[in-house]
Amino acid sequence: MYYNEMFDGEKVREAYTSLSDWVDHMPSEIRQMKQAEAEALFRRIGITFAVYGEGGDPDRLIPFDMMPRVFTQREWLRLERGIKQRAKALNAFLRDVYGRGEIVRAGRIPARLVYQNEAYEKAVVGFVPPRGVYSHIIGIDLVRTGRDEFFVLEDNCRTPSGVSYMLENREIMMRMFPDLFRGNRIEPVDGYPDLLRRTLESVAPAKCQGRPRVVILTPGHFNSAYYEHSFLANLMGVELVEGADLFVEGEFVYMRTTEGPKRVDVIYRRLDDAFIDPLCFRRDSMLGVPGLMDVYRSGGVSICSAPGAGVADDKAIYTFVPEMVRFYLGEEPILKNVDTWTLWKQDDYKYVMDNLADLVVKEVHGSGGYGMLVGPRSTKKQIEEFRKLIEKNPSNYIAQPTLSLSTCPTFVDEGIAPRHVDLRPFCLCGERIELVPGGLTRVALKEGSLVVNSSQGGGVKDTWVLSE
Amino acid sequence: MRLKITHHTVYNYANPVRFGVQSLRTTPSVFQGQKVLDWKIDIEGAECGPGFRDGAGDWVQLWTIHGPIQQIPVRIEGQVETTDLAGVLRGHREVINPLVYLQTTDATEPDDALRDLAASVGQDLGKLDLAHELSRKVGEAIKYQSGVTSLTTTAAEALAIGAGVCQDHAQVLITVARERGLPARYVSGYLHADAEGNVHEAAHAWAELHVEGLGWVGFDAANGTCPSEYYVRTGSGLDARDAAPVRGVTIMGGAEKLDVAVAVEQVAP
Repeated sequence: MYYNEMFDGEKVREAYTSLSDWVDHMPSEIRQMKQAEAEALFRRIGITFAVYGEGGDPDRLIPFDMMPRVFTQREWLRLERGIKQRAKALNAFLRDVYGRGEIVRAGRIPARLVYQNEAYEKAVVGFVPPRGVYSHIIGIDLVRTGRDEFFVLEDNCRTPSGVSYMLENREIMMRMFPDLFRGNRIEPVDGYPDLLRRTLESVAPAKCQGRPRVVILTPGHFNSAYYEHSFLANLMGVELVEGADLFVEGEFVYMRTTEGPKRVDVIYRRLDDAFIDPLCFRRDSMLGVPGLMDVYRSGGVSICSAPGAGVADDKAIYTFVPEMVRFYLGEEPILKNVDTWTLWKQDDYKYVMDNLADLVVKEVHGSGGYGMLVGPRSTKKQIEEFRKLIEKNPSNYIAQPTLSLSTCPTFVDEGIAPRHVDLRPFCLCGERIELVPGGLTRVALKEGSLVVNSSQGGGVKDTWVLSE
Repeated sequence: MRLKITHHTVYNYANPVRFGVQSLRTTPSVFQGQKVLDWKIDIEGAECGPGFRDGAGDWVQLWTIHGPIQQIPVRIEGQVETTDLAGVLRGHREVINPLVYLQTTDATEPDDALRDLAASVGQDLGKLDLAHELSRKVGEAIKYQSGVTSLTTTAAEALAIGAGVCQDHAQVLITVARERGLPARYVSGYLHADAEGNVHEAAHAWAELHVEGLGWVGFDAANGTCPSEYYVRTGSGLDARDAAPVRGVTIMGGAEKLDVAVAVEQVAP
């Protein structure tokens, strides 16, 4: 019933032929030793994940599974085309709805969903950022249900995180099992930081002269993704700054340094819209830079992702992404959406309420596996509690069928067993649209669990794309 | 009518300000009812940064202030030729979809009393009549009285008090209009105080409601009228805070005290 990515019955699939041998010849004491080694390495480099609202150890390690997840070149090429197509359509949509709104005029997306969306940013209407790109790093969450069946679960157009795990997982695998990488032809992922930097530099504002100065703006060390912010700054060779390190003067933004102020051209912000400029958005924000939006709007600095990019990735707009692909690109979508019921429609509402036990229900603006109901894995009591939440505010929810997520072999206490996985590739949009082969594979470590979020007991795997 | 506006503000700080940023929306809008003859903004000791016209058609100008400075004088002066268009904002270039102005904000969140007020107006009226009727009702519900509300008073609070100033009239009208499905926004500007002998301050605020076929139409519930040649429009927003003519922050400085003098006079062409 679930698609097993390694086994077709008794037969090992093409992608996993060499790994099968590797697993069969690994004695369990070696495996345990290696697993301990991997954990020690992760601790030493300091890659931990703070989980919101769960208490306990804030520097908990995200569990790493040594069994890689593998795609053949043929499988990847199709995914890559689908992801790039989707990224292109999402940016075309953003450019459109902050301009003339042709897709709304054409009646292909309801105006209400766009213009009354809380992520729609009035302050940037009419402004076209460099190269017309609004979302520069798009994390597209994919699940697989069959050999050629891939579905997009959600798009992340604001500040998707997790790419540091993609890089670290590879690093650690190569360190622990160099022979594996000699014996297999695996596409490298370590070009990502360079590619990211080139992408960011390619969207420098017109007023920038010479090589653009890029910085990463972080909310600070208490943020759960702070490790990733500093990791990426380090690998790209750019400064990691907080709001207080930047200031606006005249027509530009400057960074305070020990050698005096330095002009900043591109800000890769890992901070929500609401916090980037207290003059424009939340006035109580201590994390942002006063006046930043005025400099941005007048072309003195680029902000990645662009303020307002979030209107493309909420779960209500999600249902229209295939329509965007058709409307802007004149193509059929390569990647499919999951069927989605929107609870503000009466028929959908009735169907969902009658079938809560079989469905997954999510908040329109939720993320991280919070505020959701997985019907088949919930108790009657949990379902009834969630029903009350939906009744209070139906338009805040969407529902989807429980998907048969594919499984990958995963090391467990008893040896090796199938566990459900998803995939988040990171697509970069600047002068070109590019992505490194692979992405972050998350795995639900609990037997039978379909929730892969690290905050809900998920782990990660190295993701391989085999060369031809 | 030719109006001369003099708007002087002096910001006094308890301690010297080290650094400050001000974003100003104090330049008259460009539309058929207004022609800007000259307009000057000067902030002593400040550097004029970038300026741009935003999606709502407002001119935004950024200033940065270098300290140490304990007093920041802001001088805004100019002349505008105005024409009465019965409140219609004709020929105003803007790109924001009117539906955006159905979004509510903290200050314009409806409560039961506001919903009741919105519902008290006839259900069978045309959009324009509905707008006029709502404006009239708001004028009745809120007595003009200064000192009973503040800059942070919400629409719901103002209606509960039953009194307030132009900001409160505008925010209450915006809230009830949105409740009835009419996009509505807050407008800030100036009012020639001699108009019909009213006593309001020269720095004024009113509401604009979007009426299909006509576009944006101004309603001054505080004065029971639509903006005429006595009015000068400078900027708009979802509520008073969003439409604020001046937004700024200063580093250090401590307690802030403002001295404001605004005059709107009629001058001979």
